[in-house]
Amino acid sequence: MNIFTRFGEFFLMLKGMFSKPENWRMYWKELMHQCVELGIGSLGIVSIVAVFIGAVSTLQTSYQFLSPIIPRSVIAIIVRDTVILEFAPTITCVVLAGVVGSKISSELGNMRVSEQIDALEIMGINTKAYLILPKIIAALITIPMLVVLAMGLGIWGGRFIGEVTGILPHEIFDRGLVEAFVPYNVKFALIKAYTFAFIITAIPAYYGYNVKGGALEIGRASTTAVVTSCIIILLADYVLAAILL
Amino acid sequence: MISITNIAKGFSDKPVIEGVSAEFETGKCNLIIGASGSGKTVLMKCLVGLITPDAGEIIYDGENFSLMNAEAKKIMRRKIGMLFQGSALFDSKTVEQNIMFPLDMFSHDTRAEKQKRVDKVLDRVNLNGAHKKFPAEISGGMKKRVGIARSIVLNPQYLFCDEPNSGLDPQTSLVIDKLIREITTEYNITTVINTHDMNSVMEIGDRILYMYQGKKEWEGNSKEIIFSKNEKLNNFIFASDFLKDAKDMRMLEVSGKIDGNRNMDQLLNG
Repeated sequence: MNIFTRFGEFFLMLKGMFSKPENWRMYWKELMHQCVELGIGSLGIVSIVAVFIGAVSTLQTSYQFLSPIIPRSVIAIIVRDTVILEFAPTITCVVLAGVVGSKISSELGNMRVSEQIDALEIMGINTKAYLILPKIIAALITIPMLVVLAMGLGIWGGRFIGEVTGILPHEIFDRGLVEAFVPYNVKFALIKAYTFAFIITAIPAYYGYNVKGGALEIGRASTTAVVTSCIIILLADYVLAAILL
Repeated sequence: MISITNIAKGFSDKPVIEGVSAEFETGKCNLIIGASGSGKTVLMKCLVGLITPDAGEIIYDGENFSLMNAEAKKIMRRKIGMLFQGSALFDSKTVEQNIMFPLDMFSHDTRAEKQKRVDKVLDRVNLNGAHKKFPAEISGGMKKRVGIARSIVLNPQYLFCDEPNSGLDPQTSLVIDKLIREITTEYNITTVINTHDMNSVMEIGDRILYMYQGKKEWEGNSKEIIFSKNEKLNNFIFASDFLKDAKDMRMLEVSGKIDGNRNMDQLLNG
């Protein structure tokens, strides 16, 4: 299957998601379920990754800026901006592409192979709307929140490790945090978060929904979905940075 | 009644079913039989709209399913129940939630009314007490019965069963067959069954359509099948020597040449 066919199928899948729900209450319930699955379910991994990224940033930045002519508050500025601009949205979403992407892909793939999707179709339910759309909307709601959380925890991790190791006392770190702060950076990070949220749900959903075969193909679809999502996240990261910064 | 005319479907230029026409009667068990790869499942998927046929017409009680748009097909499908080969139960839901799902989606009944309906269909398929079990916790036969319960919970007019006895022991198969037969008569629905199981053919085959390499090869009922001279059909139905002997005995018994009570002795002693 060539890339154009895949694109065509992908856009047809997206188009097919938009129809009047058979029952609003059931769709709402599914949306809330997905918010819990994708959002609350990813809290742990996002928090751990964010704290460590912040901590490592502080250590590495201080290592590179070990000079008496550079004020130490610059470390905090660099940690803050790298965490907000790159680490929180991109690294978090690459990790989520693995966690959430493989889950979505294998869940839908299993439903396809075990004929559960056919069973829903037979009931007269638009399976694209019922199974895929709530996942995408849930990701658009929860992933930007997770990214904001990752920003906070990343900066806190950097501040904490600076204090604990004695590299950077928290008074200096706090001073650096408010220096030359550009609020647009947060807006840019959120634009990235929304874009990546769509990528890490829509692409795995496409691969999972269109699985043909058995267990082997489900595994293969999950791997392809995660790899493709990661590559497209990095590509989108570059494009957004080139356009918006 | 469901009537199909000249249904054809192919994949990658390879025809899978060609020019199949048939009528499936209301209140009867209509069986589609045939060897693996003969096109039974594709035909059934065409009937329910999971696959769009390349040619032909499907008419549900005067309504042309083939000409309906997607929205009309969705509404039509609410009159259809289907039991899948692997039961297709939702893994993350309990037995009760599986059956409740179509009601939650489409019914405007109160919670109590829905619960009453679920209890009724579970009772109908003899699964009282299995409400809170998950599909992974029940046997294959129970899964099939939950599948049947889910497919009849919205009172469908048409019931499709794709190999309802696959993977089941002969005794459980008979229970499932009996259940399908009773439900078909009780609710006066048009039931179409894909099967390999010769017990089903003989027990519940009111109308039988035999498919061979994508084409309709023979059509009749469970009595006529015994006397059929169709070589392909006979080779399929009476594949083993034991079944060939059983067929001969049955023919002799029906024609009054031997005593039916002695059949087993004759079969065993040659």
